[in-house]
Amino acid sequence: MIPSAFDYERATSVDDAVARLAAAGGAGKLIAGGHSLVPLMKLRLNEPGTLIDIARIPELAGVREVDGAIEIGAGTVHHAVATSDLLRARCPVVAETAATIGDPQVRNRGTLGGSIAHADPAADYPATLLALDAEVRIQGPRGARTVAARDFFQDLFTVDLAGDELITAVRFAPVRTAAYAKLYQRASRFAIVGVAAALDVAGGTVRSARLGLTGALSHAVRLTAVEEALAGRPADADSVAAEAARAGDGLSDLNADIHAGADYRRAMVGVFAQRALRAALARG
Amino acid sequence: MAQVSITVNGRRRTAEVEPRLLLVHFLREHLDLTGTHVGCDTSQCGACTVLVDGRSAKSCTIFAVQADGSEVTTIEGLAKGDDLHPLQDGFWEEHGLQCGYCTPGMIMSSVNLLEDNPSPTEAQIREGLDGNFCRCTGYQHIVNAVQNAAARRSS
Ligand SMILES: Cc1cc2nc3c(=O)[nH]c(=O)nc-3n(C[C@H](O)[C@H](O)[C@H](O)COP(=O)(O)OP(=O)(O)OC[C@H]3O[C@@H](n4cnc5c(N)ncnc54)[C@H](O)[C@@H]3O)c2cc1C
Ligand code: FES
Ligand code: FES
Repeated sequence: MIPSAFDYERATSVDDAVARLAAAGGAGKLIAGGHSLVPLMKLRLNEPGTLIDIARIPELAGVREVDGAIEIGAGTVHHAVATSDLLRARCPVVAETAATIGDPQVRNRGTLGGSIAHADPAADYPATLLALDAEVRIQGPRGARTVAARDFFQDLFTVDLAGDELITAVRFAPVRTAAYAKLYQRASRFAIVGVAAALDVAGGTVRSARLGLTGALSHAVRLTAVEEALAGRPADADSVAAEAARAGDGLSDLNADIHAGADYRRAMVGVFAQRALRAALARG
Repeated sequence: MAQVSITVNGRRRTAEVEPRLLLVHFLREHLDLTGTHVGCDTSQCGACTVLVDGRSAKSCTIFAVQADGSEVTTIEGLAKGDDLHPLQDGFWEEHGLQCGYCTPGMIMSSVNLLEDNPSPTEAQIREGLDGNFCRCTGYQHIVNAVQNAAARRSS
């Protein structure tokens, strides 16, 4: 399958990438790992006039600590996130999420920024970034701005990002008591349902809980009803799991496809919310 | 057209290519390195796996221009003269192939796997080869081949 012809440029810095995007007008498109974009271009579902390669911009890659928070550069490949010592020690749920993505070859090329910009309804990172209440950092011709993950993911393949903007990083306060549980689509490894749970536990009580859900709806969302039910409950696995068993009940417009019908997905939201919560508590 | 300069199996190769040329076609059609196969052409099967800067990658999902300045290793680059790579010996010894279509990709993924984890368990081998499909062997002999190679490397 041969994509339509395009021009290719390589950006050397974030500013350079933003300038090149502006110069290309509506015809410009960023490429990072290419593992969502290239398949679409081969099908000619996406036909950019100019591809601007951001894969080798040094400032976009890496996991670092900034003012007590953790920042992951948008250009960091899934493999680097999955094997980051900093994340494994301070916020293992993020490394765990990255390790579930696709297969080793996909993880060697695909990037965090590309995953969240693309916003596949079955992508894994969105669930975890929602549970961590992460912020998405964006650079564009009008300067820098920051969007909360819960405002960033808006609809099917739709996020709060303009065509002339670039995601530079995500940032979040690390949470150890957090975990991601995923029902794999066996062939592609995408999430049929994925739930990330992050808990704030003190003195044997759940002070607050945040849950992010992917795979079930047009885009990733927070499971706010479960979060409210869990706040103030005893932090023991069985009572926490009991609150989450019906996590799928209030959802409407669930996805249905050849892999799973809507009712099955609804049931699995509860099952995987429970698994994520149990695993999160086990990290306490 | 764009100029690319890619070091393939230790040799620097420079060419004028269309930006939409896929790396796998650059290897097969421009360099005649036909050991790298195209199975699905949809990023799924791993038959096209090569190493790009030392990491396994599906060359049907990378434009050659993206690899400009990189080092690429294909199945043809593993043996040293008549000495096969431990993984090639392993696949030979353990009958890790039937038709052989998936084999170059399987071996290149296994190189990446043993680089990350020199003595993997059976489960880790199966996970490490998640991105490679085989329609013939049922995988058990491939797992045995990787175990054989891991043992060879450590002895
Ligand atoms: C076989 C296969 C299996 C997969 N399985 C999974 C899975 O299980 N779970 C999962 O979550 N994903 C999966 N993926 C998708 C994979 O994670 C992709 O790597 C990811 O979705 C896109 O990242 P990328 O760097 O490749 O982006 P690209 O393909 O380069 O770009 C994707 C989109 O994002 C834009 N973009 C890229 N970077 C930026 C940036 N910094 N700022 C603004 N826009 C940007 C591009 O313009 C483009 O529109 C799979 C992919 C394949 C091929
Ligand atoms: S041919 Fe590249 S993954 Fe199948
Ligand atoms: S040996 Fe035939 S596809 Fe694997």
